[in-house]
Amino acid sequence: MLRMDNSSMHELPVTQSILEISLRHARQAGAQKISDLYLVIGQLASIVDDSVQFYWDIVSKDTPAEGAQLHFRRIPAAFQCRDCGTSFQLSGRDFACPACSSSSVQITAGEEFYVEAIDVESQA
Amino acid sequence: MTKRVPVLEKILSANENLAEEIRSRLDEAGVYSLNFMASPGAGKTSLIEQTVKHLAGRLRVAVIDGDIATSIDADRAAAAGALAVQINTGGECHLDAAMVSAALPQLDLTQVDLLIVENVGNLVCPASFVLGTHASVLIASTPEGDDKPYKYPGMYRGVDALVINKIDLLPYLTFNMEEFRRGVEILNPGLVTFPLSCRTGEGLDRWLGWLTDSMQSFAASKRGK
Repeated sequence: MLRMDNSSMHELPVTQSILEISLRHARQAGAQKISDLYLVIGQLASIVDDSVQFYWDIVSKDTPAEGAQLHFRRIPAAFQCRDCGTSFQLSGRDFACPACSSSSVQITAGEEFYVEAIDVESQA
Repeated sequence: MTKRVPVLEKILSANENLAEEIRSRLDEAGVYSLNFMASPGAGKTSLIEQTVKHLAGRLRVAVIDGDIATSIDADRAAAAGALAVQINTGGECHLDAAMVSAALPQLDLTQVDLLIVENVGNLVCPASFVLGTHASVLIASTPEGDDKPYKYPGMYRGVDALVINKIDLLPYLTFNMEEFRRGVEILNPGLVTFPLSCRTGEGLDRWLGWLTDSMQSFAASKRGK
């Protein structure tokens, strides 16, 4: 049986974490309200923007972050060839270097997952 | 008045901090620990059964079992001779540090040499939530197909050892070991891998050798302090 009373995805705890981090930084800045959040999410971070948005509207209710706009900055996965140095992005299934076909490549971007900044409003 | 406040804080930092606390507790107790991750049906519980049976009489093994609703896996681990604690995640797709931290007091760590945390069967979410274990082990299995490293790069990238279970089925499958290993090598260069079969026992000795070596190095590092 599909259980709908509990979260079946990890975006709920993730969204609660985003809220906790944002509220703490807003408090430290002496702010009364958060209007915008800037999130950076790498392509390899296994997070769905729409789900975060869905949970955000629920978890931020009755907090100083209620109604805040979420801005997602997606970082595409990027690779660099260890043999010839070519930088490239993921295309389909194959991770091999498009220049020299080497499969000795390293991931240089795409694993980011953090709150970059918040916009806050204070009465002062 | 609106102003921008820089945050630059990792979203999973609370989980990561709690995982560090767990690691300290296990270090203090001298308990070596593994996080077993895999898709459903790959053989996490079978590998636990085999590992517990082969280590019986030499090392005391405890298992923390994450399952959405049942205790089937914990019962199997207990039947094999492990101390077993069940965590029912109530629908959650992964274990997190808070769940493991809450389960730890149910074990007398002074009576344990090795703790295996069996994560929820899933190749996506568990990769994002560290648990404070000393090493993460991914159990892949040949019927899943050789494309899994390409489809679940986050999981393959974050582990310290890879078991390839069900090699006894290779004659019946189109699984291309070279293609599979190429994807693994790109994501996790030099990753130690153990092709084996929990059913026939083939290859288990290399896995058990690696495990006991890792535990000896861990014990030696504790004595050195």
